[in-house]
Amino acid sequence: MSVLLASAPALPLGKSGKFVAAAYIVFVLVILIYVAIMAVRAQRLEGELTELQHDVEASRRGAARAAQPEPHAAQTESVL
Amino acid sequence: MPQRLTTHGKGLRGLALATLATISLALVLVFFYAPLDADQGFVQKIFYIHVPLAIVSLCGFVFGALLAAGYLRTGDRRWDMRSYVAIHMALIFGIAGLITGSIWAKASWGHWWVWNEPTLVSYLIVLLLFCTYQPLRFSIEDPERQSRYASVFSVVAGAFVPLNFIAVRLAQQYVHPRVLTLSGGHLPGSMQVTFLISLLGIALLYATLWKYEMAAKNARSQVRRLRRTLLGEDTMRPVGRSAAPS
Repeated sequence: MSVLLASAPALPLGKSGKFVAAAYIVFVLVILIYVAIMAVRAQRLEGELTELQHDVEASRRGAARAAQPEPHAAQTESVL
Repeated sequence: MPQRLTTHGKGLRGLALATLATISLALVLVFFYAPLDADQGFVQKIFYIHVPLAIVSLCGFVFGALLAAGYLRTGDRRWDMRSYVAIHMALIFGIAGLITGSIWAKASWGHWWVWNEPTLVSYLIVLLLFCTYQPLRFSIEDPERQSRYASVFSVVAGAFVPLNFIAVRLAQQYVHPRVLTLSGGHLPGSMQVTFLISLLGIALLYATLWKYEMAAKNARSQVRRLRRTLLGEDTMRPVGRSAAPS
């Protein structure tokens, strides 16, 4: 890259240079804004996934608890 | 029966790397290889970003129309989603093209906008036409009707793009330069190579972002489907009205 820059002719960055820079900056900015919006959405999706994971675990724990017989009821049965 | 998973994320990394390499090469060619324009000088460098953005955005609208036709033919809502993302991306590229074009106009002609120039005005009309796509979708609550009406709109508006292009080409009076023609155009070889690489880079960027957004939307709908399957319909948070296909 440094070889390329050394061999390249000097860019005429006068008044026209500002316009060229502005056009390319607009392009980069539009892409950056888009990527930032998508990053926020990805973060939200990650949150939804974590929430889903918690909900599924809570649901599993609830189902396992419901499947186990209550200790008090089991004792009463054995006495009888 | 489990729904078939669509993997839009497949090949995304390769595509993103190809985009990065092509755009980097294009920038090097633009600033260090392509000669300065004899008439406009350094300002002409805007051509390598503005024209590819405009071309890719117009092609994106036509691409969206073709995908919408796929929805109307099959009734599969995945086609509607693809069409929605294609038009959404084309709008972003179109706005970038419009702003870069305006900057070029100011530098070259001394005005930010020229109303008696058919190329500019027709491009603005196409862009404004597609700007109504999102409000149209948002105004329809029923998802099936939303998809159907939006697809019909996309096909009609998409067909308008080449018609509009041909009409402008046939126009007699213009100040907008004509450097790309079927007979090869008026660009010297080095400028032509640079332009084609820039066009390829912007087209690849469009494809990458389209694929990326499709993958993101697909992942979101799969999370919602998973929640519905694992925890039942009553655990679903109500989804508000949206322009995007659900």
